[in-house]
Amino acid sequence: MSAATPGSPHSHGNVNSVLTIDSAIVDAIVAHARRDHPDEACGVVAGPIGSDLPTRLIPMDNAARSMTFYEFDSMEQLRVWREMDDNDEEPVVIYHSHTATEAYPSRTDISFAGEPGAHYVLVSTRESDSEEIRSFRIVDGVVTEEEINIVDATVDA
Amino acid sequence: MAIEVRVPTILRSYTGGAKTVEGAGETLTALIDDLDAKHKGLKGRLITPEGGLHRFVNIYVNDEDVRFLGALDAKLSDGDSITILPAVAGGALGFAAAAALLGRPSKHLAAAVSTKG
Repeated sequence: MSAATPGSPHSHGNVNSVLTIDSAIVDAIVAHARRDHPDEACGVVAGPIGSDLPTRLIPMDNAARSMTFYEFDSMEQLRVWREMDDNDEEPVVIYHSHTATEAYPSRTDISFAGEPGAHYVLVSTRESDSEEIRSFRIVDGVVTEEEINIVDATVDA
Repeated sequence: MAIEVRVPTILRSYTGGAKTVEGAGETLTALIDDLDAKHKGLKGRLITPEGGLHRFVNIYVNDEDVRFLGALDAKLSDGDSITILPAVAGGALGFAAAAALLGRPSKHLAAAVSTKG
């Protein structure tokens, strides 16, 4: 995996053009997506504010329980967002799966993307023997793909 | 009457970067009008041109989603705490179909989506 490239002067805060994420978290996201297939799975990975490092995986219910749509349950979201606030964390990664199409943001994903600081991670489970996992920034309707730098042991065991 | 309103990152451009602002109003509609007077443009991110609660946000009064409290007609009291969060949603479904399903309580959404297959 390549190293992070320096953020452009126009980047937002700590945003880099790479998502650095622990392999254990990636594995858990993929396992969640597989478990919920053929419905879409969704969740958050929280990390310390300003760190840009996802450390705490929070699988969320897909309140829509749909093969083509996901929505966080609003009450679960309130609880989780408050918990992050209390822990001085923020949503570093927001992930969901596409179960029959590629791991690229749909128009719906772009329209709803409301966390400009988050990495939007998409997993496609359309192939039964392999996963496609990609990461994007979605800011003001503009999608920018970024590299995923999968590392070991950034999370304390 | 002071009501504390927690503003998400994506809307802080309207509040000069403030995480929390104060407003007043006996209903959510009145509060949003009051906020819009101080933070021009905020209303347009919360309420659709048709006058409904915008599907891109969740608004909570204390610990409850306002969609379960009468939405824009929700009654507010001094000391209430309002939280605004971006709704987290998406998926492969076409936008028009998704939009039609949103803006209603999640409990109903699940039923609506499952009948669509």
